[in-house]
Amino acid sequence: MTKNKKVKKVYNKKQIWMGYLFIAPFMISFLIFIILPCVSAAFLAFTQYDSINMPKFVGLKNFVYMLTNDMLLIKKVIPNTFLFAVIVGPVGYALQFLLAWLLNKLSERVQLLYVMAIYVPSIAGGVLISVVWSVFFSADRLGYLNNFLMKLGFIRNPIAWTQDGNYLMFVMIIVTLWGNMGVGFLSLFSGMQNVDAQIYEAGRIDGIRSPLTELVYLTIPSMKPQMLFSAIMAITGALNAGAVGVQLSGTNPTPDYGGQLIQNHIEDYAFSRLQLGYSTSLSFVLLLVVFGISQLCFRFLGSKEDES
Amino acid sequence: MKKISKKLKSIRFFDITNLAIVTIIALVSVMPVIFIINNAFKPLSELFKYPPTFFVRNPTWQNFEEFFYATGETTVPFSRYLFNSIFVTVVTVFLVVAISCTAAYAFAKIDFPGRDRIFNIIVLSLMFTPSAVMITKYLIVDKVGLINNYLGHILPQLALPVGVFLLKQFMEQVPDSLSEAARLDGASEFTVFWKIVMPAVLPAVGTVMIISFQNVWNDVTTSQYYMLDDSMKTLPYYIQTLTSSTGTTVARQGASAAAGLLLFLPNFIIFAVMQKSMLKTMVTSGIK
Repeated sequence: MTKNKKVKKVYNKKQIWMGYLFIAPFMISFLIFIILPCVSAAFLAFTQYDSINMPKFVGLKNFVYMLTNDMLLIKKVIPNTFLFAVIVGPVGYALQFLLAWLLNKLSERVQLLYVMAIYVPSIAGGVLISVVWSVFFSADRLGYLNNFLMKLGFIRNPIAWTQDGNYLMFVMIIVTLWGNMGVGFLSLFSGMQNVDAQIYEAGRIDGIRSPLTELVYLTIPSMKPQMLFSAIMAITGALNAGAVGVQLSGTNPTPDYGGQLIQNHIEDYAFSRLQLGYSTSLSFVLLLVVFGISQLCFRFLGSKEDES
Repeated sequence: MKKISKKLKSIRFFDITNLAIVTIIALVSVMPVIFIINNAFKPLSELFKYPPTFFVRNPTWQNFEEFFYATGETTVPFSRYLFNSIFVTVVTVFLVVAISCTAAYAFAKIDFPGRDRIFNIIVLSLMFTPSAVMITKYLIVDKVGLINNYLGHILPQLALPVGVFLLKQFMEQVPDSLSEAARLDGASEFTVFWKIVMPAVLPAVGTVMIISFQNVWNDVTTSQYYMLDDSMKTLPYYIQTLTSSTGTTVARQGASAAAGLLLFLPNFIIFAVMQKSMLKTMVTSGIK
């Protein structure tokens, strides 16, 4: 599409007003509760603020503290968040894709049932997570996992899965991957379903035989838009799962900071230590990182407008 | 002939292993749900049994009764939390769907300056994660005066970028000629929206309903941060206090399993009823 900028577009005046009227309710709540929090985070990040006194401008002090003095952040929170995000993000995404692909190969009669079975955990929500998984990973021998492993002789004494800093991260990753097959997964699945059958026909004529080459050369190129959407959903999903460590262990900070993610760290500084300025500077950095990663996804999977 | 039968064999081999793998994954996936259903109906003797059992032998309503009468750490009756949850969810979901539909309609069918630029911002905001700006959001909710107010549950959750996005993508499938023709016939913009476009995009409306229902119904953050008065809080928050006050001990395991099941059921039913429209919507979910 080539747009000639010299030709001025003619709008219908009544339509213009109707357009603004129709988007107004959404835009107002969007501006107040999504844009404004981001913008004010960008301001508060450069202040010292305890929620009682007025915010005091401190320049880059928060960021210097972040990089040099916040040992907890450097030694525990960043490595934890990185590990968690890498596994839940890309690995989770790959799993979604693989499952969507496998399900697409099933016969139509059973397909929907399987899609539902795999989507169900994602609607369970945080409360169910703490109810089910805290019992499953319970620290005593009544815990299902402990009981199972002891029966098989792998361990002799019960392990405090969610109360031990060494195991908590492992449990968090398992639980999050389990609940990860949400909207993004559905998007991938139905995107694959809708790849034009003619493309596969043509591919067969061109000599594409194995399911794998079919996947790489035919399926993936035709469903990039859905892949971009679900990639964005995977990123936000990995971030929104930040509460899982606290939900499982029941405490913030988590035991030995073993499951402490950046979101928990932000919350800890904000609500327990009342250092709102510093904690918003952390959120500000987090927002920038997420923004950067999303831009990368757009670069890889988005269609380039100038080319088309 | 031989070649064909060999090919058939390899196809069948792929299908069978695939079915086996997918079945195992599906079972693992639903296992916790089956587990919680069983636990919710287990009598105390089975909950504390060693070795632990997976399936319930003598189902009972005992856990539900205990849950209804348990008052957690507060003296607010269970029915109050239930009322709050239902009220907040119904109002919020209704408003989210309404404002997402009108906005999506404008982005898809009305020509106005700045339209594409604004929509691009909304696409960018798909990656927005509420938990990252929790603090500034709290400060805004506080400044606007929504603390301890039902509106504090509702207003902060109204903007659902993914809802507007999915609806707009779906509405673009409706041919423009339909809306143009109606406008020429003198139909008002609202008539075009309500009588022509909306009936054609019901699957997407259903999907946005599901997504927003799941967000609101399961949400604890508004209760936790914006409501100080216990009588203003919602069911998931109450259940969370039940489970976290017991920690990993098994004391109230039955009651919390019953509570978890009650919380999960509405989610599940809504999804089960609408899953087909959800899949239809997701076809157009791509970002180009």
